Amino acid sequence: MLAANMFVGPEIDWFKISPFLVMLGGVLLLILAGSLTPQWKKGAYGIVGALTAAGAAVFTALLWRDLADSAPSSLLANALTFSKFTLFATFSIAIATLLAILVTSGFLVRENEDGPEIFALILSAAIGGMVMVQANDLIVMFLGLETLSLAFYLLTASSRSRSASGEAGLKYFVLGGFASAFFLYGVALVFGATGSTNIDAIAASLSKDMVLGGSSAMLLAGIALLLVGFGFKVSLVPFHTWTADVYQGAPTPITALMGSVGKTAAFVALLRVFSDALSSRSDDWRPVVVVIAILTLVVGSVLAVVQTDVKRMLAYSSISHAGFILVGLVAAGQVASADASLGTSGTLAYLFIYSILVIGTLGIVTVVAGKGDNETSLDAFKGLGKSNPVLAMGMTVLLLAQAGVPLTSGFVAKFGIIRAAVSTGSYTLAVVAMLAAVIAAFLYLRIMVSMWLSEGTTSRDVSVAFSTRIAIGLCVAATVVLGFFPSLLLQFTSQN
Amino acid sequence: MSIPILTLLVLVPLVGALVASLLAKSNESIVKNVALVSSITTGLLSVWMLIKFPTGSAGFEFVSKHSWVSEWGISWHLGVDGISLFLVVLTGILFPLVIVGIDPHHDHKQYLVWMLVLEAGVMGSFLSLDLFLFFVFFEIVLVPMYFLIGKWGYDQRIYAATKFFIYTMAGSAFMLVGIVATAFLARRDIGYLSFDLIEIAEKSNFATSTGRWLFVGFVIAFAVKVPLFPLHTWLPDAHTQAPTGGSVILAGVLLKMGTYGMLRFGVYLFPEAAVWAKPVLLTLAVIGIIYGAIAATMQKDLKRLVAYSSVAHLGFIVLGTFALTNQAITGGVMQMVNHGISTGALFLMVGMIYERRHTRVIAELKGIQAVAPIFAGFFMLIMLSSIGLPGLNGFVGEFLILIGSFPTARWWVVAATTGVILAALYLLWAYQRVFHGEPDEANKSFAEITKREAMLLSVFVAAIVFTGVYPKPMLNRIEPSVKSLLEHVESRSNYKQPEFKAGE
Repeated sequence: MLAANMFVGPEIDWFKISPFLVMLGGVLLLILAGSLTPQWKKGAYGIVGALTAAGAAVFTALLWRDLADSAPSSLLANALTFSKFTLFATFSIAIATLLAILVTSGFLVRENEDGPEIFALILSAAIGGMVMVQANDLIVMFLGLETLSLAFYLLTASSRSRSASGEAGLKYFVLGGFASAFFLYGVALVFGATGSTNIDAIAASLSKDMVLGGSSAMLLAGIALLLVGFGFKVSLVPFHTWTADVYQGAPTPITALMGSVGKTAAFVALLRVFSDALSSRSDDWRPVVVVIAILTLVVGSVLAVVQTDVKRMLAYSSISHAGFILVGLVAAGQVASADASLGTSGTLAYLFIYSILVIGTLGIVTVVAGKGDNETSLDAFKGLGKSNPVLAMGMTVLLLAQAGVPLTSGFVAKFGIIRAAVSTGSYTLAVVAMLAAVIAAFLYLRIMVSMWLSEGTTSRDVSVAFSTRIAIGLCVAATVVLGFFPSLLLQFTSQN
Repeated sequence: MSIPILTLLVLVPLVGALVASLLAKSNESIVKNVALVSSITTGLLSVWMLIKFPTGSAGFEFVSKHSWVSEWGISWHLGVDGISLFLVVLTGILFPLVIVGIDPHHDHKQYLVWMLVLEAGVMGSFLSLDLFLFFVFFEIVLVPMYFLIGKWGYDQRIYAATKFFIYTMAGSAFMLVGIVATAFLARRDIGYLSFDLIEIAEKSNFATSTGRWLFVGFVIAFAVKVPLFPLHTWLPDAHTQAPTGGSVILAGVLLKMGTYGMLRFGVYLFPEAAVWAKPVLLTLAVIGIIYGAIAATMQKDLKRLVAYSSVAHLGFIVLGTFALTNQAITGGVMQMVNHGISTGALFLMVGMIYERRHTRVIAELKGIQAVAPIFAGFFMLIMLSSIGLPGLNGFVGEFLILIGSFPTARWWVVAATTGVILAALYLLWAYQRVFHGEPDEANKSFAEITKREAMLLSVFVAAIVFTGVYPKPMLNRIEPSVKSLLEHVESRSNYKQPEFKAGE
């Protein structure tokens, strides 16, 4: 049925896909040059990786400037979308990748495992994430998802010295594989019901209320499967059970990468699918998402509190944060309200801010964990306030921000979501989200108590690699600056 | 106004904290001097503001307004009126006294930094005229207080600090949702999104049930902070475990953020709902008065006793607030300041007792009057002010509250009056057990008051006596604002306060 002349390649606007090209160039450079040359100087691989991510961020910023006065468009024969929303998400991923690479570089040097592979994988994961957020087609989105996930499976299992790492990688691989299958099946059913995998086309088809096959059962099943697939990826309750083990087992900087790049990519994709493609069916999925959001908020916060390992704590706290972000999706799905777009912009701001917080926090955990990456229990933080007050202060700022204390970026993030929820009339959900945040605050207080108020036994030498120091410094600085001047961020996120 | 004095009141302590935190730990004396200079400067600024404040003005003075987060309609909007005026001055004066007078024993630098951050937060809360800004300050106060209790407190300090943090934050959760909802619902009446207090209060027109829901959201947060029965259980723990400086600040100004909030953000924003909720709040206030007093009587620990007496005293303030008459609210505002002075001083003296005896258990103290008569004299005077003896400050406020509430809340006043008697009971009984009798072996060496302590307490005593004897200058500045607040309430609800004029 396809005529030969349809194989004319689509017109490619090379500049507009420059962030991808930069990332890809970095990956190729690391893999090819890295494997053909003798071991580079310590940290050199990290520098290449960081420069690549920074380059991608710069190109994204340049594109943003061009975009300012042109309407959203699509690229590569409608495979990718090109709007402020997706471009900011791309930027967010590039920045998170940059910070995560800085932490990883110091980590690998410390562990004597410096090499090009890890950075190549991180950059691949970032490409996958960027494809996911810009995808305008569910199949393309799936490709991005798989690129991201495969890189994550390998990264999780990448620590050769800790057996927990391999175990976590396998666990993640099996469950992630299931999730991908759910997602793909969902795509298939939605395609069956609407006749397209293109997000715009699905939205157009649904808004005309034309469901092929005369029944919407197929569509609803498709929506449900998509939600399950995404639920696994962003760890929503009840699809969260892998999170704690994987977060704990993965090398700590990789946990940071999962919490930032992984979350951002999956959540933006979730938002694209549900609030763009399926917006006219929001009456069908919103109630379910509300229930999942409440469950995620409550279960995440409560389970976080009872943990004794900081990485597990942060894993559950990330679940609680996911619940909070989901409140933004609920607001974005309130299509009848003129304020529904606040849900989208609130979510975007939250993801950006949370990425920075989680990398900073886990960056400090990486440092405290020490050589071998094993000391992540709450006790390991005892006396940090005495032995290394600057690091402890940084951690305190980041934890307070995660708790949503004012004058930190975390409050700006929470406020944005609450604002979206309230403006679309979800008062109860807003209150539940805030109360869950209070429960979660108890967890951050526990870490702070360990650092400052418990008598210290830490005599271990806590040394901070230079690149890690830069990353943590940037994260803390951004947390405080955005807390005092939210406009710096909001002017970008609220324009879509 | 050429000098943005209110902005300075917030920024000076903050800058002091920043400078102090950048100094080396070993430079203890320099750190202390930085803390002193910034807190004393703030104190002087607040006094200067008091002098410049035009008596008889009912509106907001020294207003400073700048856009902050324009995307969200949030501005840096500060202002002071008769209701907040003396709370600001109290804050400005109390902090340098605490910083000068109380030694934290260890980690001086951190202690002072947190104190200054706390001061900035409290100042900001009393001055903010923007809902968002107010929330920011209201909430940020938790952090320094958490560390002050958790690090410099007594045995159960971590439990107490965490309880304090979580309780207050849970209350604030409701308020944050309330604030956002208020702004969004008021948008229809104002025409654009704004978090400005005055704009919302004057232009908004909430549906009755909406206003009531929003009011409840705000009041939960304030009720935790006050604390109002039955949300008070964090207070005895926090007070007892906090270091002396922390207790003084907590009792002196922090609790007032709750009662002040009820007036400024409860009654002013939602007049109809305030009238509607009156019976419930009055009842809780009176339960607090009586319950606090009875609980205080039962305490074995002197500090816990004072803490419970706070619950009772704050009950009076809430009673005055929701009696909704000029006199009662004026009395309530005055009592906020008085309670800060008296109870602050009481905590200070309990701290001094602990320094000497390393115990606060009443049964272990005995006959102190015989060995330290001047110390006992100071304690007696401050205690009498807390009881509300005529001629001292406590009397003026409490009397105004009771007399002002009588026309609109008769039976509640009848019940509350027993609280006055109970106050005399628990305080005098405690005094008798601690100070009277023959000192036993352990109490024989109880040191007399030092010069530094005496000077510190003299400031409090001077304020106690001056306000008690000559409250007019204070009342003159509070009353116009209260009057205009009540006019606002009357114009926006079908409530009319009974015709009666204060004897002028």
